[in-house]
Amino acid sequence: MDNTEIHVVPNLLMMVGLASIGANWVASRVCQDSLDASRFPRWNVLLLAWYAVAALLCCLLLAVVVLSYALQGRLEESLKVGLRNGIRFYKDTDIPGRCFQKETIDHLQMEFRCCGNNNFKDWFEIQWVSNRYLDFTSQEVKDRIRSNVDGRYLLDGVPFSCCNPASPRPCLQNHLTDSRAHYNYEYQSEELNLYSRGCRQALTDYYMGLMNSTGPGVLSVILIQLSVLLSMRYLQTAVEGAMALEAPEGESEGYILEKGVKETYADIKAKVLDLLKFAQVDPASEATGAGEEEKAAEASEKAATPPPAS
Amino acid sequence: MALMVVKFDLKKRVKLAQTVWFMYWFAVLAGILVLSLGLFFKIELRKRSELMDNNESHFLPNLLIAMGLIACATNAFGGKVCYDSLDPTKFAKWKPMLKTFLVLCVGFNALLVITALLCFVMRIPLQFTLAQGLKNGMKYYKDTDTPGRCYMKRTLDLMQIEFRCCGNDNYRDWFEIQWVSNRYLDFSAKEVKDRIGSNVDGQYLMDGVPFSCCNPSSPRPCIQYQMTNNSAHYSYDHYTEELNVWRRGCRDALLSYYGGIMNTIGALVLLVTMLEVSTAEMHISACHLQSYFK
Repeated sequence: MDNTEIHVVPNLLMMVGLASIGANWVASRVCQDSLDASRFPRWNVLLLAWYAVAALLCCLLLAVVVLSYALQGRLEESLKVGLRNGIRFYKDTDIPGRCFQKETIDHLQMEFRCCGNNNFKDWFEIQWVSNRYLDFTSQEVKDRIRSNVDGRYLLDGVPFSCCNPASPRPCLQNHLTDSRAHYNYEYQSEELNLYSRGCRQALTDYYMGLMNSTGPGVLSVILIQLSVLLSMRYLQTAVEGAMALEAPEGESEGYILEKGVKETYADIKAKVLDLLKFAQVDPASEATGAGEEEKAAEASEKAATPPPAS
Repeated sequence: MALMVVKFDLKKRVKLAQTVWFMYWFAVLAGILVLSLGLFFKIELRKRSELMDNNESHFLPNLLIAMGLIACATNAFGGKVCYDSLDPTKFAKWKPMLKTFLVLCVGFNALLVITALLCFVMRIPLQFTLAQGLKNGMKYYKDTDTPGRCYMKRTLDLMQIEFRCCGNDNYRDWFEIQWVSNRYLDFSAKEVKDRIGSNVDGQYLMDGVPFSCCNPSSPRPCIQYQMTNNSAHYSYDHYTEELNVWRRGCRDALLSYYGGIMNTIGALVLLVTMLEVSTAEMHISACHLQSYFK
């Protein structure tokens, strides 16, 4: 592969996984304490933050699902460039840094049952036999080298790792385009001799298959996390309601939001504006000296507005 | 005089019985383990039965499966008996069977020991089966048009690639048989006629190997044909060339693979035997104190 952009998908999954272990462990502690009226109130402050974290995790998981499909094009590009380089450096088994390309490409072609980048003809366009093993005094080598501009030894042959074991005849690797070079061989109609798939296609299919099989898992985790979030909210409000009643073991109402969505949004907006006004008025009131009266007015105003659902 | 007398009050007896009950369920799991080991070994043998001429003996995996099932049944029964031993009324109905049950346990443990020993010993017949099977397999490599043998080529190629081996003892085994089918030989060519004339059976023998013998770690592209002819390839000496093809023989490779499986299974079965013996011993001491108490 040429770049590591696609690594964002597994990295995100791992981070979200670790974070959700921590978050859900906290949730289990809260649940344990919820039946004990003396220990439950201390979780109140934390719960608001917990809801935010859980919602963030769900959003991140959704992003992972979307990314895994959106990045398919980039993955293919990266594979194309990486494989092209791998095939080009196939012969450089004596150059440090590239000496394992041959082994890597051979193992890749054998394991994924593919040949070349798009198909086996990619091997015809590059020199994959190292100069160390070419006899430059022989006529055949000299002809081949002269036959192209760059002076490369090109041949219509492929490495052994392209061979298909399912072929009924022993593998034909050289003189592939010459039907007369082999007995009973027809270049156009021969299908089983080599792997017909390109390695880029094979690898892309493999990775997309992986992501497709993890897709339903991730979606179900999102659903589970959302249901845990909602249940926690119900639990919190129901237990608070029960604690406020005279008979703690009676019925109490649980809700997700104390008022409707619009009213809660208006409340939150008002509270935030109050905080801002409080911050603005504070230095001015110190200067005027009538701040204490203002502060008292602010405090009573704050008490008067119903507490938001927390 | 009783051996190693230990005093137990009721609470300790109950605890001991519970421990033995847990051990019995643990032993049931061990029985399931033996069963799954037997199944795994059977599947591995079946996967490569073509290479062994369909001649391989399934005695050992069948025995393992049977022992696993018997272990599960015996231990479940023993656990039930132990559980009931704390209740005198329930215990009374099991009392007559106890002696036979314990004798059966002893017999079963002896069988387990024999199974473990067999795991280590059956390597030897396997060696011969493999040698014979591989030799025949290589003979049928070219018969991709004969029904019943048409998959031998693919099986052998995939095996040589997977186990990184070539031929029976080494790569020269391929020089002694004809592995190119007559369908792909041009009998009007001089080279073919020479080769066929050069031996008694009229076979097309060549100093070449199939592509699956090639070693990907070799720094040069694989040399498959004319391997003993140094002048056929530039800068090539077949005496010193080591990385070109796999040097190991497939019989050795398969034998060490199966030998490893059998050694592991044998060791695990020995561990299970020790667990069974200790469970039975504790059962005798713990759960039947009631009868002595009465």
